[in-house]
Amino acid sequence: MTNRVTPYDTPGRHGRCRAGDPASFESSFQAEITNIYSLTAREKLYQIQLVDQEERNRFMFRPGQFVMLEIPGIGEAPFSISSSPLRHGNLELCIRAVGNLTNFLDRVRRGCSVGISGPFGTHFPVENMHGQDILLIAGGLGIVPLRSPLWEVLDNRNRYGTVDIIYGAKRPVELLFTYQYEEWRQFDINLQITVDQGDKDWHGSVGLITEILKERLNRDGDALAAKTCAIVCGPPVMFHFVCDMLIKAGIPMQKIFVSLERRMHCGRGKCCRCNIGSTYTCLDGPVFDYWSAMNLKEAI
Amino acid sequence: MIFKVFKKKELAALYELLAVNAVVGPVRKGTDRHNQPLNDFARVYSFADLALDYSTTVHSPKRFVLPYRKDLARFTVNEQKWRKETDLDTERPVVFFGMHACDINALNKLDKVLAESVYPVSSYIRKRRNMFIIGLNCRPSPQCFCRSMGTDSVLHGYDMFLTDLGDKYFAEISSVTAFNFLQQIKCRDPGPGDERQYEAVTAEKTARFTTEVDTSDLTKILDLEFYSPAWDRWGRKCLSCGTCANVCPTCYCYGVEESVDLNLQEAHKTRFLYSCNLHDFAKVAGGHNFRPLASTRLKYRYYHKHRGFVEAFEESLCVGCGRCGAACLAGITPPEVIADVRGKKKCVHGREEKHDE
Repeated sequence: MTNRVTPYDTPGRHGRCRAGDPASFESSFQAEITNIYSLTAREKLYQIQLVDQEERNRFMFRPGQFVMLEIPGIGEAPFSISSSPLRHGNLELCIRAVGNLTNFLDRVRRGCSVGISGPFGTHFPVENMHGQDILLIAGGLGIVPLRSPLWEVLDNRNRYGTVDIIYGAKRPVELLFTYQYEEWRQFDINLQITVDQGDKDWHGSVGLITEILKERLNRDGDALAAKTCAIVCGPPVMFHFVCDMLIKAGIPMQKIFVSLERRMHCGRGKCCRCNIGSTYTCLDGPVFDYWSAMNLKEAI
Repeated sequence: MIFKVFKKKELAALYELLAVNAVVGPVRKGTDRHNQPLNDFARVYSFADLALDYSTTVHSPKRFVLPYRKDLARFTVNEQKWRKETDLDTERPVVFFGMHACDINALNKLDKVLAESVYPVSSYIRKRRNMFIIGLNCRPSPQCFCRSMGTDSVLHGYDMFLTDLGDKYFAEISSVTAFNFLQQIKCRDPGPGDERQYEAVTAEKTARFTTEVDTSDLTKILDLEFYSPAWDRWGRKCLSCGTCANVCPTCYCYGVEESVDLNLQEAHKTRFLYSCNLHDFAKVAGGHNFRPLASTRLKYRYYHKHRGFVEAFEESLCVGCGRCGAACLAGITPPEVIADVRGKKKCVHGREEKHDE
């Protein structure tokens, strides 16, 4: 036995495998879906609670970060956290039924047990935006990751200047979180909603986000550059137009933040599926300031 | 570094000492259509099976640290509740007999991302820790451009590195385990003659390289040439089959798949190696594909190897082994692609031609 090049690893005391090891690459928390709200025909809001009381108290995240949600045998995928980082308790994930896992989630009922790992990734630095005017621009599902910084801003409303939300969807029935608009407005914010295509019950504005954004940018003029931070999230095609307008209006690139979406299989900077160049969207992102995102080829 | 010299026939004795462990080494698997031998790394059961004079292997030794399929976790499902169990990653020691410098360098590069960054992969680390590597100086084949990538010699990451000096081996020893093994065979300290012979052999090896890649300022040039028509030219040839990643010693991208067992009580989560050239590599749920064209995927592969990894770890992810070019069904080789992107035709024997366009 002296010629063994390395000593055998001592087998673990628990047999061949171990459960719930925090040091493992595959560690995740058991969690339970406590509530499901239908928001539109395709999107649902899932309230999720970690089963372990201690883990639940310890679980902290920053706005814009994501978790990997796993259902055994079905799959694992990244989802932006959409609840306030300052309110403990339930994690809220807004999920559109569009793939394998999400279509399965669409069919589950309250009490379903899932695995949560994370939180992963960078966040919107709202803690550095005190005293600044906040401009949130969301297109379609882009409102989901923006709801988290929005709630953090609203929960500390007196620390920020004006708060503007410009949110666009294709059709009125696709608007998310409609039940919360009144609650948000009570915090003295300017919420503007637009749809590409109105219907007979729609009395709001019809048109692209960029049109509303143009009005907003013209209104402030020079003050914009000095004290506005912009947070943008939406479909890939939206970033380009919106960020271009913001820069032309004088907002510095490092004060514009975008949240990017890519395919992910690990969330831990290993599988390379989310790579842009060799920048990992999971480690270096998903939140980038516009300067970094612009420097990444093919990012936007 | 400690150096030793031993007679060639002593290598068999060394093999016998080490063979109480599993041994992996180059073996002859067959011949190609030009009647040239095809080698590959495999478990070895006798010293006679080792083809130590191999020029290159079809596959890299990557699969011994990154198996193509690996179970990441098992689930026991019971109604609404389930339990997740992960492997203990216990590994037996494995002796790698006769690995070339490029492959040892490739493992060192994989360490940077899989073992030395945030969220280290425990299964990989266990495998790496249980490796005993005997390196072997090679004779470069025409496809090799490791010299351009700076990976024709290796500074660490092996236990013992051998250079063939005709009737004897010149051994560089970098671990105490290797030193102890050499105590058990007949070997001596090198004399001035051996050292000169060693220098002559390495000089001769250096002179044998025929393929070169100009890597000067490559990171910047790749950025400047992002919209170069060269990418479309090579992209039109690319079949998006992923063979290059299959044989590459440093490609580590993967996908994860979950499956439910037939008894509906258990589920498995499996990792399988993937290739960024496959069509759905960057496709997200909902159908949007961030790299829908073969040219954009091919370009991404070069950007990851030669630009992105350099940005993150100060070195290129490519080791210049030339396996991808040799295996490519469409005949795409990195030296040609990089030369084309730089606006030069492939540099053969020091000659360079400017592109017509």
